[in-house]
Amino acid sequence: MPVVETRNLTKVFKEGELGAVNDVNLATREGEFLVFLGPSGSGKTTLLRMIAGLEEPTAGEILIGGRVVNDLSPRERRSAMVFQSYALYPHLTVYKNIAFPLKAQNVKKELHKDKVEWAASLLGIGALLQRKPRELSGGERQRVALARAIVREPSVFLLDEPLSNLDAKLRASAREELELFHRRVGTTTIYVTHDQVEAMAMGDRVVVLDQGVVRQIGTPREVYDEPADTFVATFLGSPPMNLVEMGDFIIGFRPEHFRVAETIGDSPKVTFDLRVENVEYLGAEYVLSGSLAGRRLDGKKVIARLLLGQSFEIGTTHQFAVPEQHLKFFDRSAGKRIEPRTLEWQ
Amino acid sequence: MAVRRAKVKSTGAAQDPALGTAMFAPAALYIMLLIGVPFFLAMYYAFSDARIGNTDLHFVGLENFRSILQSPSFRSAVKNSIVFTLASQIIVIICSTILSIVLENKFRGRGVIRYLILLPWVAPIALGAIGWKWILDSIYSVITWVLVWLHVFKPYGAPMWLGEPHLAMASVILVHCWRLIPFSTVIMLAGQTAIPKEIPEAAAIDGAGFWRTLFQIKIPMMTSIISVAVLFGTIFTFTDMTVVYILTAGGPYDSTQTLPSLAFATGIQGSDLAAGAAISLFLVPVLVVIAYLMLRVAHRAEAT
Amino acid sequence: MAKKRLRKFSASMLHWFVLVVFTVLLAFPFYWMVITAFKQNLDLYTVENNPFIFNAKPTLEHLRLLLYETRYVRWLGNTVFVGALVVLITLVLAVPAAYALARLTGRWGQRLGIGIFLTYLVPPTLLFIPLSRVVSALGLQDTLWSLVLVYPSFTVPFSIWLLMGFFKAIPKELEDAAMVDGLTRFGAFVKMVIPISVSGILTVVIFTFTLVTQEFVYALTFISSESNQMVGVGIPIFLVRGDVYFWGSLMAACLITSLPIALLYNIFLDRFIAGFTVGAVK
Repeated sequence: MPVVETRNLTKVFKEGELGAVNDVNLATREGEFLVFLGPSGSGKTTLLRMIAGLEEPTAGEILIGGRVVNDLSPRERRSAMVFQSYALYPHLTVYKNIAFPLKAQNVKKELHKDKVEWAASLLGIGALLQRKPRELSGGERQRVALARAIVREPSVFLLDEPLSNLDAKLRASAREELELFHRRVGTTTIYVTHDQVEAMAMGDRVVVLDQGVVRQIGTPREVYDEPADTFVATFLGSPPMNLVEMGDFIIGFRPEHFRVAETIGDSPKVTFDLRVENVEYLGAEYVLSGSLAGRRLDGKKVIARLLLGQSFEIGTTHQFAVPEQHLKFFDRSAGKRIEPRTLEWQ
Repeated sequence: MAVRRAKVKSTGAAQDPALGTAMFAPAALYIMLLIGVPFFLAMYYAFSDARIGNTDLHFVGLENFRSILQSPSFRSAVKNSIVFTLASQIIVIICSTILSIVLENKFRGRGVIRYLILLPWVAPIALGAIGWKWILDSIYSVITWVLVWLHVFKPYGAPMWLGEPHLAMASVILVHCWRLIPFSTVIMLAGQTAIPKEIPEAAAIDGAGFWRTLFQIKIPMMTSIISVAVLFGTIFTFTDMTVVYILTAGGPYDSTQTLPSLAFATGIQGSDLAAGAAISLFLVPVLVVIAYLMLRVAHRAEAT
Repeated sequence: MAKKRLRKFSASMLHWFVLVVFTVLLAFPFYWMVITAFKQNLDLYTVENNPFIFNAKPTLEHLRLLLYETRYVRWLGNTVFVGALVVLITLVLAVPAAYALARLTGRWGQRLGIGIFLTYLVPPTLLFIPLSRVVSALGLQDTLWSLVLVYPSFTVPFSIWLLMGFFKAIPKELEDAAMVDGLTRFGAFVKMVIPISVSGILTVVIFTFTLVTQEFVYALTFISSESNQMVGVGIPIFLVRGDVYFWGSLMAACLITSLPIALLYNIFLDRFIAGFTVGAVK
């Protein structure tokens, strides 16, 4: 039985306009780390908030633990949430912050101490219990927020972009801590982010959202290697997948699969002529951008990522190729993924 | 484009003390002359025998203070000042907290309601007071009419709202509260909007209901702003003479006399400037305490 | 499902009930002023009549009396005169001072800012006695100039405090950029900061004016003759003949004076709050 499930979930803020969330169907698996990924405005936070009970759906159902919870208040849903800003109670000590949910659920006072200390030790913040939030660093605050969330032993964790308030250096280590935490505790977690790197690194499965609609649900490998449409294809991966229109369909290939033709050897491949326009040396790799040359494709902009050892002069044209297995085909009108077609222009 | 070396230090602490002093000086001078000097003059007069119309001035030591402290009107005025101020503040804080909760979320007509609710504060003090004087008039009071209509009193059997000591005191307190509730509410509303939206949401998810969130989360977060509202309210009530002057002129039998209204009655109406000054000086200790508390609140707010 | 809807409904009913009760209690006196202003005297002064309705036809007699047979219009003129001058003086003194405190004087500036704030706490009921002596010594007794002289003593501290908040909210980079472009600091102040702060300055103008109209003690103390009085004091003191209060005209006067001020105040209140919360709780 899935921990969290939504059926036809829709949220419309303004009548007559497209909803923030449109007809979303998904179901979590027990203990998984599920990521809601999408650009801002894609509805991922609204979706999370509806599951939490902070927004009322316009249509559809939300189920937690098999029960329809649409009419339940947040407190009755047995979920815990960590906000982007952590929302720690500034006038309470860390101890009291963590104890607050216990107090609110009328847990007996004698039990508070043990539970708070358990949660604190799980996150390594035992030494901070008497401090106030304003005295803590960003990373410490995140841990307090997590401790407060776990002290109730909820059935699902809801995390709303908890890493975006941290500076870049801290983000990587905080991310690792979150992953370890999830492995240790094993609670089903729903994690919202716009950062596709985070999604790929942390998620057991990723729900890709755009404009309130689910584009694809799959493991990181599935959404990266087998994108369901052009949106997913270009959202995952940086630099994004190259998309080239050909007649009534679109072909796509990732920059890292776009290499000098000779280096691919004998495996089936499709060749293109690339006129190099810009070369960026990034240390671990080169990023080449340029335009395809030759008949129908002339002028289309593409990007290639190549490893060390190659250098190209701007303005020169070289023969590049993509291994056939890495070539993706998309329908031109809706962008959906289609079966491979034969390319008639070669 | 000529590249010029900016004479500016980095944006952090660009200071120019000379210009700063020059721009600040006129206001500082003005304030010193019109507040500082009279303040010391008040003390000077309190130790003299100044009277209106008489330019002579002699030092009389503590004579004024001695006679004031012995006067029953003075003692009654001190008591009344304290009672009125405390009672009003308690009522105002409770009412404005309730009102600010009710006004928190947007709803249709909120602008109009806000206009109506602010009227008592915005209307000139004396005009609001005289409006109430009419409402509390001994014969034609609308309150009397309603109570007679409800058969609580017999016709002509209702009390005189401003004529009986305890009722008069209650009326003065009422008018003060009426004036201050809008002011306090506005301040509390500002304090409420300063609470980030996510905090009550977190409390809801943590399991707190409406009342728990209000008393354990929201109100504690607003303590510095509530303190500001209380401190200002205290000053406005304690140092006000207008409401008393218009409603009851201190009567009946000094039962509503307060320190400021007594100072006015003695000093201006009674022409005894020295005694009036001496009476008004008794406001100072309270002001000093309030100023100290305000600074503490400001300091604590800065620390967060 | 039903439980939740019931909960919501009763919460909303309670919400409206509380709101209505407070609004009625707070606004009732003004409603009462409206009724009284337009009721005929014989209706007004008959105890048995239901005061909430018009038992006789409404009348404009009180208004007429107010506008043509009392000094009301003159008081309004006096108030506007004093108000305009005081606003001017306040701006000239407070705007540079607030800027100096917000930008130029560092630590000291903060302390002085608090000092200014404290002077606002010194009440007129403490200073009015010595000031009355000063005023008569200067020969300004019973003139409006006495008020023009004394009113800035409370409008200036208040305005400095308010403006400090507004100025602090303007990013320093703006003036720095102007100075790099060649303006002096003072020039940057005049040409960049002031134009941006127009809404803050306007708020100060409105609030200063309201403070002037509300003032009672000084006007009562310094001014004795009827024709020189301000509207806030003239109405309660002079709209009586002997012992008889002209309630109809009195209430009309209160109404006409209060409502427009309240309108202006409301329009600027949000800006005031923005400045206040930055300047005060900081």
